[in-house]
Amino acid sequence: MAAVASNSSAQLTQTPARRTGVRDMPWLNAKFVAGSIVILLTLLFGLLGPLFWNTDLAYTASSPLNLPPAWVEGGSPDHPLGTESNGRDMLAQLIVGIPASLKVGVVAASIGMAVGILLGSTAGYVGGWPDHIIRTITDSVITIPSLMVLIAIAAYVSMPDTTAMALILALFAWPGPTRLIRSQVLTLRERGYVRMALLSNVPTLEIMLVEMVPNMLPWLAASLTGGISGAILGETGLEALGLGPTRVPSLGMIINYALNSTALVRGMVWWWLPPIIALVVIFTGFFLMTIGLDEIANPRLRGYSNVK
Amino acid sequence: MTIEQPIISIQEATKIYGGGFLSTSNPIVALDRFSLDIFESQAKIITIAGESGSGKTTLANLVLGFIPASSGKIVYKGVDVSTMTRAQRRTYRKEVQAIFQDPYEVYNPFFRVSHIFSMIVRHFNLAKNRNDARALIEDALNVVGLRGSEILEKYPHQLSGGQRQRVMVARAYMLRPRLIVADEPVSAVDASLRAMILDIMLKLRDQHHISFLYITHDLSTAYQISDVMYVLFQGTTVERGSTGMIIENPRHPYVQQLIDSIPVPDPKVKWHTHISLPAEEVMRMKSSTGCRFYQRCTQHMDLCTRSFPPYTRIKDGHEVACYLYQPIAEPQQAG
Amino acid sequence: MSSDQKVLEVHDLSVHYFTPGGAVIAANEINLYVKAGEIVGLVGESGCGKTTVAMSILQMVSAPGRIVGGEVRIEGRDIVNLPERELRKIRWRKLALIPQGAMNSLNPVIKIKEQMEDAIIAHERTRGAALREKVLRLLNDVGLPERVYSMYPHELSGGMKQRVCIAMAVALNPAIIIADEPTSALDVVVQRVVAQTLLDVKSRLGVSMVMIGHDMGLQAQMVDRVAVMYAGNLMEVGPVESIFEQPYHPYTRLLIDAIPSTKQKKPLKVTEGLTHDLRNPPPGCCFQFRCPYVHDECRQKRPVLKEMGNDHYVACAQFN
Repeated sequence: MAAVASNSSAQLTQTPARRTGVRDMPWLNAKFVAGSIVILLTLLFGLLGPLFWNTDLAYTASSPLNLPPAWVEGGSPDHPLGTESNGRDMLAQLIVGIPASLKVGVVAASIGMAVGILLGSTAGYVGGWPDHIIRTITDSVITIPSLMVLIAIAAYVSMPDTTAMALILALFAWPGPTRLIRSQVLTLRERGYVRMALLSNVPTLEIMLVEMVPNMLPWLAASLTGGISGAILGETGLEALGLGPTRVPSLGMIINYALNSTALVRGMVWWWLPPIIALVVIFTGFFLMTIGLDEIANPRLRGYSNVK
Repeated sequence: MTIEQPIISIQEATKIYGGGFLSTSNPIVALDRFSLDIFESQAKIITIAGESGSGKTTLANLVLGFIPASSGKIVYKGVDVSTMTRAQRRTYRKEVQAIFQDPYEVYNPFFRVSHIFSMIVRHFNLAKNRNDARALIEDALNVVGLRGSEILEKYPHQLSGGQRQRVMVARAYMLRPRLIVADEPVSAVDASLRAMILDIMLKLRDQHHISFLYITHDLSTAYQISDVMYVLFQGTTVERGSTGMIIENPRHPYVQQLIDSIPVPDPKVKWHTHISLPAEEVMRMKSSTGCRFYQRCTQHMDLCTRSFPPYTRIKDGHEVACYLYQPIAEPQQAG
Repeated sequence: MSSDQKVLEVHDLSVHYFTPGGAVIAANEINLYVKAGEIVGLVGESGCGKTTVAMSILQMVSAPGRIVGGEVRIEGRDIVNLPERELRKIRWRKLALIPQGAMNSLNPVIKIKEQMEDAIIAHERTRGAALREKVLRLLNDVGLPERVYSMYPHELSGGMKQRVCIAMAVALNPAIIIADEPTSALDVVVQRVVAQTLLDVKSRLGVSMVMIGHDMGLQAQMVDRVAVMYAGNLMEVGPVESIFEQPYHPYTRLLIDAIPSTKQKKPLKVTEGLTHDLRNPPPGCCFQFRCPYVHDECRQKRPVLKEMGNDHYVACAQFN
């Protein structure tokens, strides 16, 4: 009978073992890959663009005014996406503007996330009075209408470049991640595998980084990508109101100029639509990355698990 | 003859939740003055039996050091667990291990099964090199009837429930602990596989001299494998002693009701009595002074509410905390 | 109604789950019937397909599962492929469900009376005082005091909530109740109280029941006939006394032997527990990998249910 049992178990393990091979490359998740490609392409557009196109054309009075795109009647092959009323080339503006906007989003969200991880995990894991203090401050900051405050700050602080913009946005980017990470750590702390790690004499820091963080990845990723999108949105909002760095043609500034020059009414679609499309593409890319990361971090969502 | 010192001694361990300063809720006594000694020379499977809210999981958490005791202490080789140094705690962790109810939840879904073993190899310095470690793991897996090649490179969700639980037993065994706290180790495992896990526990007791704190609500499996039993009710130990004596001849009305309620696996012997439980509000009225079973007890007396009944010795190694067995007008030694 | 009338008949019912890795055969040509006033136990281990069978009786198999063949007859009428509107009339009124973990399905912020009344109003014209009376009578039927009527679920214990769910299931006098592990996750004493309630309700109302479970001991106490499932297949069906006295199938024997006893200590019977991949069943008997009596025939031909006399059927090559 023992022979039968071991015989059969050998037979049985073959199928699942083979399937493991496919699952071994979880990062090849279709959604994650698609999202990454989208973001990578937008980045490449900004990084490689200067090699092929003169970015000086992104600044005022570098080109003829109000040229439509090249494929439209009256357009010029020298300015394939057209130019706007201040004599800026649209293609050059996008090449400079997309990375500028991404940078503000990434820097602001990363600062927020870093602070969030620090405060959130301290509050969740340590508990006690540090938790009380962190929670109180976080909850108060979260109730402040951030855009109003940002407008007030942006109006007083002169905005020399995008870094200043990112830092100001970061002021309000941390309470969300803090709260999220605190609650995640609180639930993860009670998980069986965290207890197992404790029983395996694993030090606290390693428990947090090796056992907990991978399982928070979907939340961290969602929070980060959401944070980036939010920061870009906030940035665009401030800039569209004219509170951005006037020298840098970030996506929001392009929209601001288009609004100021009534591009909408004048039918200059090539002026206001490209920055919006760029924003939509960026948001879509981050969204796809988020849901892809979710599946990666949770193996049970990767196809069907082994049914008994 | 020298008296052997227990390797682990639980002394009047009590855990009270809530009711702190500025707290509006009443304190809940999850575990009330629980005492137990475990000796190295004689490995035993000790059942902690009880239903939900009996305090059995609280006891497991106390012994494993996940929560501090409110009063009383747990002493390991003469040292109070709560005042241990880092090095002492490491030894304690190695000697006192655990397996849990849900054999899925204890795996980090992010890692392969081998992660479970590599953690302990690294943090307890079990092996000098990769090959030694692999040999140790293989040996431990063989004890539970598994082979490394079959499971180590898989993800936890690719194993069956029985395999997952056996891997956890192998993990605990690899540390050569003196005590394994087994918190409902078979209640999430299918009936036909239950025997396998229980059999491994017996084998570890008999061949490797590992004691078990078998925490369960299931008196039948406890009867089959354990040596000693403590029955808990709402944090208090109502009956304790040899498993056989308690199951075959339960004395406490609660334990009698419990055993009577286990469905008899014979369609010809149907339940013939009806039992009923008192109203919810009554059941929630917990008296902190007297017997906790008072509200549900069909044989309760006025005496029962006054103070917690002292332990009465029925036989050698069989004690019950119930006034029904208290000799009248003859002061009995408690404890 | 003669006692031999079959309230529920399941013929060759097959349910597959269509997953990216292939179709999982969760139920394979199941044949089962329930007579009036009878409790049939459906037992097996986790993942054996017993809940799938229950859900397909109710036509509530959720995607990616689908009934791929067979019939489910309620009082003679096949309900597979009935439109959802027709099914809604049958469910609860003819076919009631006590779902797994039913007590957690009660809405914690709505009073018991409202939850029960809403359920009745959705299917019947009873209103006003009659409705209130009906709810009170139902609570009384399951042995709950009148004050439960105006209580919230969180004020009740698990066993009481479970009994409220039983009361709701019998509210419309169904012909048959499907109870999915009605006493699991309850303490043993409470389990017994709930089991008593189910038996009382059954004998008082004469309702038939399919009781899904994994605890053979509880089945012995409660059911009239037992159906044993393994890996989506029905292995043995018969009267409970007959099954316990003479289990034919090696798997049924294994399940009965595995019941721990408080009456006598017996040596543990250890068996290897590997099941095949349900997407890729082996030819022949589905129990071949675990069966101690396996021989060549078992690996080639799938055994069919064969009557061993006394309404006791077994699907095993040993008896074919």
